Amino acid sequence: MRTTRSFADVSYYAVIGAIGGLAIAILVVPVLVVLAISLTSAASLKFPPTGLSFRWYEALFDPVQSGHIHSAALNSLQVAGSAAGLAMLIGTLAALWLDRHRGAAGRALDTAFMSPLVLPMLSFGLAALIIVTMLRQRPSLTWLTAGHLVVVIPFVIRTVSASLSQLDRALIDSSASLGASSFYTFRRVVLPVIAPGMAAGAFLAFVASMDNVPISLFLSNARTDMLPIRLWGMMESSLDVRVAAASGVLIVVTSVLLVVMNRLVGLNRRV
Amino acid sequence: MSLTATQGEGARRLPRLSGDWPLIVPMGLLFIGFFCGPLVLLLWVSFHNDQNMEVTGVAMWARFLGDPFYWNVVLDTVMLGVKTVALTVVLGFCTGVIYLSCGPRVRSLMLFAIVLPLLLSVVVRTFAWIVILGNEGLVNWAVMSLGLSAAPLRLLQTELGLVISLAQIELPLMLLPLLSVMARIDPNILDASHALGASRWRTMFRVILPLSVPGLIAGSLLVFASSTAAFISQSVIGGGRLIYMPLVIWQQALVVYDWPFAAVVSIALLVTVLGILTLISALGRLART
Repeated sequence: MRTTRSFADVSYYAVIGAIGGLAIAILVVPVLVVLAISLTSAASLKFPPTGLSFRWYEALFDPVQSGHIHSAALNSLQVAGSAAGLAMLIGTLAALWLDRHRGAAGRALDTAFMSPLVLPMLSFGLAALIIVTMLRQRPSLTWLTAGHLVVVIPFVIRTVSASLSQLDRALIDSSASLGASSFYTFRRVVLPVIAPGMAAGAFLAFVASMDNVPISLFLSNARTDMLPIRLWGMMESSLDVRVAAASGVLIVVTSVLLVVMNRLVGLNRRV
Repeated sequence: MSLTATQGEGARRLPRLSGDWPLIVPMGLLFIGFFCGPLVLLLWVSFHNDQNMEVTGVAMWARFLGDPFYWNVVLDTVMLGVKTVALTVVLGFCTGVIYLSCGPRVRSLMLFAIVLPLLLSVVVRTFAWIVILGNEGLVNWAVMSLGLSAAPLRLLQTELGLVISLAQIELPLMLLPLLSVMARIDPNILDASHALGASRWRTMFRVILPLSVPGLIAGSLLVFASSTAAFISQSVIGGGRLIYMPLVIWQQALVVYDWPFAAVVSIALLVTVLGILTLISALGRLART
């Protein structure tokens, strides 16, 4: 009895440990591999790197060599900033409405608003390009922001809705019965509870917009180049090691932001 | 006094029902303008026979539906999603079992390792796999140093390489819903299973797995949707040799400038993904009953 059980236990721990360990390793190792290769002194992506140097970071930050990457990064930051700000406003309002309408209509709208998270948005990117062209406009950062909005708002709706579900209804009722106006109640009772959700949602919206490919792919041109599209182009044409340096910068920035957001709003629990 | 009481009562049952519609107006307008509008437009564009969109007709649909090549592209795209989902289910479930047996400190470290890749740009995650799977990459360096093969293995531009890369790229999307479902499993049930003499294997298959199904389904929906539409990973790791629907849409729209045909493929992609997602949800409901 004792021995058979321990054999089963050993095989269990071996198999689960191996597969689960592999999963965790393949989540982490690629990030480390990119960091390692970005410090290579060679002009190729040969692994392991032949020597240590910051030459690709210098090339990346050099405005003469990498000006087009800088302008793409600035465009992306500008679009992501406006998209995240607008998404936070519109998404919070929508989440407040959805919270009060839990009937069939409310649930149907909730599903519809969330659908950009699972539908292939490439189709909508194509539609955006056709619309812009038919209106005889040229793709601009404004169009890109508008296109990103529908894709990134679901993150805000989801995080704010989760915060709202933790709000004690009795607090709203007491505030109202003590004579507070509905706006005062919102500002002093509802807002403090949902503010972390709003911040987490805006952050996720910002990240999603920075990383958006399906919409940007169709609306990017020489004037409205976006960072992921620019990096993709560099990866497709030649294996430029500056992509590794740019990836290294993105890894460091994302890690720092994740740690900060975890401290501020407990992001891990909200994604 | 009685007045405020009735107001409070009214606020709880019918929370300003008539007055709160402005809250939904911005989202509603945005959704109609940038979601419903584009869908209708795509449908309208797809029913044109020529690239200048002057002749209406079903020629593009006939071209798409009548060509076995495009049926194969649809099938390949679906199979790519199915294989990626299968791999992430196995990897994700085993990670979840480990997660369950860890304390809070290790759990939060694991969450960090899961959320960081999720927030990291898809381009960066795809690039990592170029470095890992390339001819001079990590895998081939390991294989050749160990003397397992004399020549570098060809891993890029193969379906196997693409499925492995996509599994890693999409794994966080499987893990997040899965772990939140698995964390709700009552540890007493697992103790009871052990106390009644079930082996760990039996506990895993008969207790943990059935209770994890909702998480696995939610994760599968996200992974399938995301891997079938992963244009960057498909085009960079798959190269020109593996053709999936997103690549066809991009080529037709931005290389050939045949918008009606690109619209046809876009709608076909939407319908295909929506169909498989509905199927996965239905399977989930079936498994629960």
